[in-house]
Amino acid sequence: MTKYLRQARPLYVGGSRKIRILVSIAACFGVLALSGLSPVRSYAQQPASERPVVVQPGAPGKPTKALPRTTKGKLPPVSKADVQFMQGMIVHHQQAVEMTALIESHTENKDVRSLGARISHSQSDEIAFMKRWLVLRGQPIEMTMAEMHNMHQGKMSHEAMMLMPGMLTAEQMKALKQAKGAEFDRLFLTGMIQHHGGALDMVKDLHDTAGSGQEAELFNFATDVDSGQRAEIRVMQNMLEKIPSKEKR
Amino acid sequence: MNQLPTTAFRLLAVSLLLWLCFADKVQAQTPPTQEQTKATDAKPAQDMPPPEKAPPLPAGMTGSDASDPRFNLKPGLYDAGEIAKGLRHIQLLKKPGAFQLGSDDADNPKVKQTLGVLGMSDTSMIPKPFQLVMAQLAFANSDLAFQGKHLFMGNFYGVNIYDISDPAKAKLITSMVCPGGQGDVSVYKNLMFMSVEMPNGRTDCGIQGFPPTPPPAAGKAQGPSLPAPNKDRFRGVRIFDITDIKSPKQVAAVQTCRGSHTHTLVVDPKDKNNVYIYVSGTSFVRQSEELPGCSAEGPDKDPNTSLFRIEVIKVPVAAPQNAKVVSSPRLFMDARTGVLNALSSGATHGTGKPSFSDQCHDITVYPELGLAAGACSGNGILLDIKDPANPKRIDAVNDPNYAYWHSASFSNDGSKVVFTDEWGGGMGARCRPNDPNVWGANALFDLKDNKLKFAGYYKMPAAQGDTENCVAHNGSLIPVPGRDIKVQAWYQGGISVMDFTDAAHPKEIAYFDRGPVDPKMLILAGDWSAYWYNGHIYASEIARGLDILELTPSEFLTQNEIDAAKAAQVAELNVQSQRKLVWPAKLVVGKAYLDQLERSQALPADQIADVRNAIQTAESSKLTKGLAKLQSLSRSLKESAKTAKSPADSNRMQALADILQRPVK
Repeated sequence: MTKYLRQARPLYVGGSRKIRILVSIAACFGVLALSGLSPVRSYAQQPASERPVVVQPGAPGKPTKALPRTTKGKLPPVSKADVQFMQGMIVHHQQAVEMTALIESHTENKDVRSLGARISHSQSDEIAFMKRWLVLRGQPIEMTMAEMHNMHQGKMSHEAMMLMPGMLTAEQMKALKQAKGAEFDRLFLTGMIQHHGGALDMVKDLHDTAGSGQEAELFNFATDVDSGQRAEIRVMQNMLEKIPSKEKR
Repeated sequence: MNQLPTTAFRLLAVSLLLWLCFADKVQAQTPPTQEQTKATDAKPAQDMPPPEKAPPLPAGMTGSDASDPRFNLKPGLYDAGEIAKGLRHIQLLKKPGAFQLGSDDADNPKVKQTLGVLGMSDTSMIPKPFQLVMAQLAFANSDLAFQGKHLFMGNFYGVNIYDISDPAKAKLITSMVCPGGQGDVSVYKNLMFMSVEMPNGRTDCGIQGFPPTPPPAAGKAQGPSLPAPNKDRFRGVRIFDITDIKSPKQVAAVQTCRGSHTHTLVVDPKDKNNVYIYVSGTSFVRQSEELPGCSAEGPDKDPNTSLFRIEVIKVPVAAPQNAKVVSSPRLFMDARTGVLNALSSGATHGTGKPSFSDQCHDITVYPELGLAAGACSGNGILLDIKDPANPKRIDAVNDPNYAYWHSASFSNDGSKVVFTDEWGGGMGARCRPNDPNVWGANALFDLKDNKLKFAGYYKMPAAQGDTENCVAHNGSLIPVPGRDIKVQAWYQGGISVMDFTDAAHPKEIAYFDRGPVDPKMLILAGDWSAYWYNGHIYASEIARGLDILELTPSEFLTQNEIDAAKAAQVAELNVQSQRKLVWPAKLVVGKAYLDQLERSQALPADQIADVRNAIQTAESSKLTKGLAKLQSLSRSLKESAKTAKSPADSNRMQALADILQRPVK
């Protein structure tokens, strides 16, 4: 398995009846497992000496300890930084989708159009994944103003606070909307390179924060954002070299 | 703890179960109660993103087969519909309790407690089935290794060790708790190796991970993000002494900058004192404050970047505690210019993101050939590993239909390499009717004079549903002599057995599949690895447990061929560390060749019948009679081999002749 968790999107559709059915299916599983009716063997018939053991090794050179046979799995907690990473990345990705939506009416460049379609698709996918991740954990999809304020240590203007790293400013977005053809291509690519670069900073911040990135799905997602956007930046840098600059025209 | 429920409890449980299932049908037609409304009308549930629509099939491409009976199997976790052809499912051993969250029941206070710990204070806002499946990846089963009568199943949370001396009665021996994902596992003599890549990995195998920064004091703003170097964090390859199989002891933990997503054991035929581990790291580079020398800079800024390389760990077999990284080969370098990122092909297709080769995902070594095949994100590469500490790239390929080069395996004779494309990363439904049959598929290459040449694609032919994660994944050779056969896991696509004797025209000869875990929601599950080991097929089911299967004869595979495969026994199996399979000169192996020659009509019917009769005579007399007859038939087969229609048949005749000349019991 690689790192692309974003593809795990729910196909769940809302509706009270469906939820109840799902709940009861889950309950049926639980009872099946308890009743020993599942097609799974019990170890009860084995003599004690042959029953499976649960152990936990120590650090290298240290002894291994036996855990109770009844031990159940436990996970480290999801941190506030994890939640804010997801909330922030949704805002971040939404701008990329907004930028790609301009392509249709602003350029005929085949390469830019096909790149834009890919970015739009993958970032929309990821937005869906991130929303699911938050919803499943009972977390709001949007950060509160107070949290945003705290994140930026109170040093930023309101507008700047709304922007996650690498996001285009209102002026940059305006210039992009007004450009056409090769000029649009250039602004789009430089803008998206800046935008993707911000995502890399966000992943770095996540991993630089104590206690974060330890949840398996989020870890895989962050890994995927990092390698995928790094690769896309290189693709865009190569494309940029082929676009005639303003001065040359 | 005695896990045997009393009869009374069973009866109670069954009636409760029936009531629950029945009650659902009644409830479904009555207006919801207030309690139910609360859960369903809560805002987050309404914000659930809508289901994904499968994109249309690109022009000129063929999708997966929706008329296959595998397409519409009944969903369920333990009661899903199952179907098999040429395979028999013997049993599923459910994932042990130590590798599951506190309870199966969402209403159980323990689950609520755990969910609370996870940061989900108001669990009433979350549809209950979601609560059950949320933490799944953290307990996902992953890769397998084998030694003697033991099977080692890796997991994101540790390793489970099973006794498979009787596969029909396989049993769990040891659950070893040691989290860190993804738990790729290998064994060599008394040593077990395990990959760790996630930031919650601890040198002491602790499950607690690392705590977050304490919240700021009242009235003060959150301080700037603090780096979190921690000497107790472990990302790399752990080494355990498994002399006591019930109590593996950690003897070394070798740290690497990107951790270890997968690793490959390399046994150098010339060096008996050491083994080597190739480490493939795909995750983020940790800060140099935590591990000196780590650098995430691009190669243009930092020639010592931790990207664009693998690590090689040298393990002294007698002193594994001295294991250390001895080299960091630059596999993507242009040897002429010294440019480190010379293989940036940017593999992609369709709507996926590009993959660049700054990492390998997995490497399969074949020391007897002095070769390795690397699946390295954006490329497939071929390595010369005669000097195991210093592997050198000798060829590289790309493919327009590939998204992510994931794994590789050689045919037993080394004339072919099978690569897999893990399009969608294993979490996506990628075998839907609209998904092209050349995307997320195996790509088969002929290998000659150290050059890879594309021959054909193979994708499990049956279509799978929207809620089944499905793409090419891990498999191993099935040692049927005279043919190239691979059993392979396709996540929730199940298990598919591929014959790639003709690499340009690979075909499916057997399969096993079960329905999705859930009909509405893609829940991560399915077989991660499916490997043949000494007569049976073992598969690590991500969510459900350990699957054990066996081959059954069919129009594509005879009982003799299955028996011949069982004759090729090995003492240890790490699938990414290939060793040459050899067959004893038993008559059953000869009969497998004979069946193949009959199937391809390579010999006249009377010659086939003569050989069959002679083998029968020799076998029934326990090799005391008819040996002269076998030798005379052997000579005529050698003659026939010279004029055989195909090289494959010629080789079969030759191999059969050799067995007839000197058969063993």
